[in-house]
Amino acid sequence: MVGFVGDILPELILAAGSILVLLVALFTPRRMQPWIALVATAVLVAAAIFAGLDIIDPPGLTFFDSLAADGVGRWATLLLAVVGLLVVALSVEWFRSDDRQGEYYVMVVFGTLGAVLLAGATDLMELVLAMILSSVAGYTLAAFHRRSRASAEAGMKYFLLGALANGAMVYGVALLFGLSGGTTFADVGPGLVNADPLALVVGFGLVTIGVAFKMGVAPVHPWVPDVAEGAPAPAATFLMIVGKIGALVFLARLVLILPDTQLGWRPLVALLAAVTMTLGNLVALRQDDVRRLLGWSAVSQAGYGLMAVVALGRSGLALPSLLMFLVAYAFGTVAVFGVVVQLRGLTDRHSYRGLSSPHPWLMGAMLVGFLSFVGIPPLGGFAAKLLLMGAVIDAGYAWLAVLAVVNSAISLVYYLRVLGPAYLGESTGKRPTMGRLSGVSIGVATVAVILVGVAAQPLLRAWEAVQLLTG
Amino acid sequence: MLSVAIIVPLLAAIALLAMPRDRPELARRTAFGVSLVPLALIVAAWVRFQGGPGFEMVESHAWIPSIGVSYQVGLDGLSLPLVALTALLFSASIIFPVDLRGRARQYYAAFLFLEGASLGLFLALDLILFFVFFDLSLVGMYFLIAIWGHGNAHRSALKFFVYTLVGSLSLLLGILGIYLNSGDQRTFDMIDIITNQPLPTTGLAPVLIFWAIALGFMIKTPLAPFHTWLPSAHVDAPAPASTILAGVLLKMGTYGFVRILLQMMPETFGRFSLPIAIIAVISIVYGALVAMAQTNLKRLVAYTSVNHMGYVILGVAVAANIGASEGARSLALTGATIEMVAHGLITGAMFLLTGSVLARGKTFEMDEYGGLAARAPALTGAMILAAFASLGLPGLAGFVAEFQIFAGTLGVYPWLAGTGLLGIVITAALFLRMVQKVFLGPLPERWSEWTDLGGWELAAIVPMLILVVVIGIAPAWLVNVVDSATRVMTGG
Repeated sequence: MVGFVGDILPELILAAGSILVLLVALFTPRRMQPWIALVATAVLVAAAIFAGLDIIDPPGLTFFDSLAADGVGRWATLLLAVVGLLVVALSVEWFRSDDRQGEYYVMVVFGTLGAVLLAGATDLMELVLAMILSSVAGYTLAAFHRRSRASAEAGMKYFLLGALANGAMVYGVALLFGLSGGTTFADVGPGLVNADPLALVVGFGLVTIGVAFKMGVAPVHPWVPDVAEGAPAPAATFLMIVGKIGALVFLARLVLILPDTQLGWRPLVALLAAVTMTLGNLVALRQDDVRRLLGWSAVSQAGYGLMAVVALGRSGLALPSLLMFLVAYAFGTVAVFGVVVQLRGLTDRHSYRGLSSPHPWLMGAMLVGFLSFVGIPPLGGFAAKLLLMGAVIDAGYAWLAVLAVVNSAISLVYYLRVLGPAYLGESTGKRPTMGRLSGVSIGVATVAVILVGVAAQPLLRAWEAVQLLTG
Repeated sequence: MLSVAIIVPLLAAIALLAMPRDRPELARRTAFGVSLVPLALIVAAWVRFQGGPGFEMVESHAWIPSIGVSYQVGLDGLSLPLVALTALLFSASIIFPVDLRGRARQYYAAFLFLEGASLGLFLALDLILFFVFFDLSLVGMYFLIAIWGHGNAHRSALKFFVYTLVGSLSLLLGILGIYLNSGDQRTFDMIDIITNQPLPTTGLAPVLIFWAIALGFMIKTPLAPFHTWLPSAHVDAPAPASTILAGVLLKMGTYGFVRILLQMMPETFGRFSLPIAIIAVISIVYGALVAMAQTNLKRLVAYTSVNHMGYVILGVAVAANIGASEGARSLALTGATIEMVAHGLITGAMFLLTGSVLARGKTFEMDEYGGLAARAPALTGAMILAAFASLGLPGLAGFVAEFQIFAGTLGVYPWLAGTGLLGIVITAALFLRMVQKVFLGPLPERWSEWTDLGGWELAAIVPMLILVVVIGIAPAWLVNVVDSATRVMTGG
């Protein structure tokens, strides 16, 4: 029993912690609300520490075979907790004058828990639970500025699409349960071998819609730019990242229990990757609103992430590339979105004109983040793209690597549409900024983006023997 | 020692950004001083250079051993002249006076950053390290053009960045292809791949790898029809950046053709040596014809680069033809390498001179000028010398190179050599017309106050032109070094 608890300690800490934060938030007087961030920080730090300690444990299924305590899951948990911490640091000053901000931190911890469960789920019911938890927290976060029309609208769109996608997913889960007679992956995989192919396709297709929604993969991506634009900027940062981490890891697990020959999921995922990265990039080209631009860029990044899934089981680079992508994407997004937060949500592309001279560090962070997204060495995004492209070529999908190349070149154009004016334009003076704590968050993320690329070796060594259990 | 040459400019670039704001002259002197460090180190390396087969002064450290990436640098007879050229051109460009737009620190920091990246590229002996420097050079050049350029600088810089990024990513795909096909012990180690030749020679993989890498380098070089980013980038860049772009960055493409394609997949290159040679000849003739049609002085010089890079690639393609005689192949490859150096010096000087013209006359339109020889003998003399060298006059560096390329080609593809010679005839015509239009004839009234080259301009240009003459008259010291590498590559 001790081992059992030990296996899911980070999850338990997050679950108990979120309730703790909720209770504290309820009973804390309004003027004391900012202190709740500290409680949330403590919970996330504890979860991160235990996730980190667990990494060396031997992998295994736990919690009645519904959760995988394996290398990929634990690394995802650690990353999610760190992202949660960085987002809390971004949020404190943003919500300073909000007298119900305590609830915001509750939702951040809940959202982190949802994504952690999603990343580890090896059971379809666990999937539903994690997805709903993560989504509900997400709806609340997106609409947190009740009085702002943009925020309410973002929350509403996120909710409507989410309800649809999650509904589809629940139908899919029911169908797969009916076909296989079980809900754990250990039962579903073998149980599906003789299932009716059509029902199987429909079942998995419906489940995939839910997962794709969470990742921001086309065609269930339209919430991403809306949330990026309308949600409170720190909340948007959070929502761009955590769902993608959880869902991408879950999708990787899910496809592995599919009978490869029967369904041919590989070409399908490759197609989704191709469509998503291309669509995201092409639409981003036309954005003049930096936050929407970042949203569309996040869509395209989801497409790159899917490349790792395509290579699963065919290339030894698949899992390292998956993790490298997640790490590089998460820190890059915190850095870039953090700059928007730090500039108090400044979003018109033209308002960034000349900001490099009054705000050299801030624009430097944005430069590093964007160049990492493009895949310029030696930044984290380059390491990720190198591994991703190596993995898909190794898996026999060279065309996908070529498409990723074309897309990277396109993405450079719209990133430079922001960076160009910032560095080349005449300065119009300083802009009001958020504060020191969000600056620290941006700094940490930016340094991480650089370090992950330059000093990739420790990470790659740690991931050499990493496992992804599928029941 | 080689690592120091790479790291010093990179660190100095960061240090410069921390210097006081309002001391442009201090920034400039610091940058120039720093740029002398790699130059001195490379000269020392040249003195110590043995000239045997294989790489010398190799330094190797593990970087990402999990996927076989290492930090490995070293040089041979191919890279040594190119790093020497790089170090020299950077010192000359840094000392050349320009309009700094009130951002001196950043300007010199960008130059030193670019210098570190360029030296790193020619010295890198690991494919990923090579690629890292390849991409870093794009970032450095983007900012140089975009911030300190003129005309439609932002757009030109963007075009340059996006085009060459496509090329670089295509190169990355090719590098990944090499990695995945380099046997059981997957590696990015260039020495290992050159020595052991692990790449397959049959099947689809080597063909795809070859063309992915070739596309990357054809864009970078650039060969027609992938040259369209070049004229606008050159025209809108500040003069010293044009010098670096033409003198150093274009060589990255031609160097890659030799180092990666010729040395790592000689048999595959051998199969495609004719198509590459044809593309090269098209570039030669097309570049010369379009240059002839220009009225803009800098655009004219820019298009002659397309023409000259055609000569280089023609020489490389001839060397790749395995069926041909070793003598012809070796001759062509030596010529190609010397052309890289000669073009860097000649066109580099010429771009600086166009900068001097622009600084005084505010336009590149040749019709606006005339008779400048009367007021500016040094400027005129330097430009005429560079123009004659560029059109291949015997006794100057360009001739040594082009003679060897065409002599080699004649033995392998006589009809291509014949067609390519057209390029020399056309360049001769266009340079004579340029000299006549800008420097000879009556001096327009408004240029009566025209000043000749200043001390700093001379300090930058004269050493380059001296080398052009020295290589032209006594090329043995350079040819011997280059030969030590080309003999190995062509099996001689």
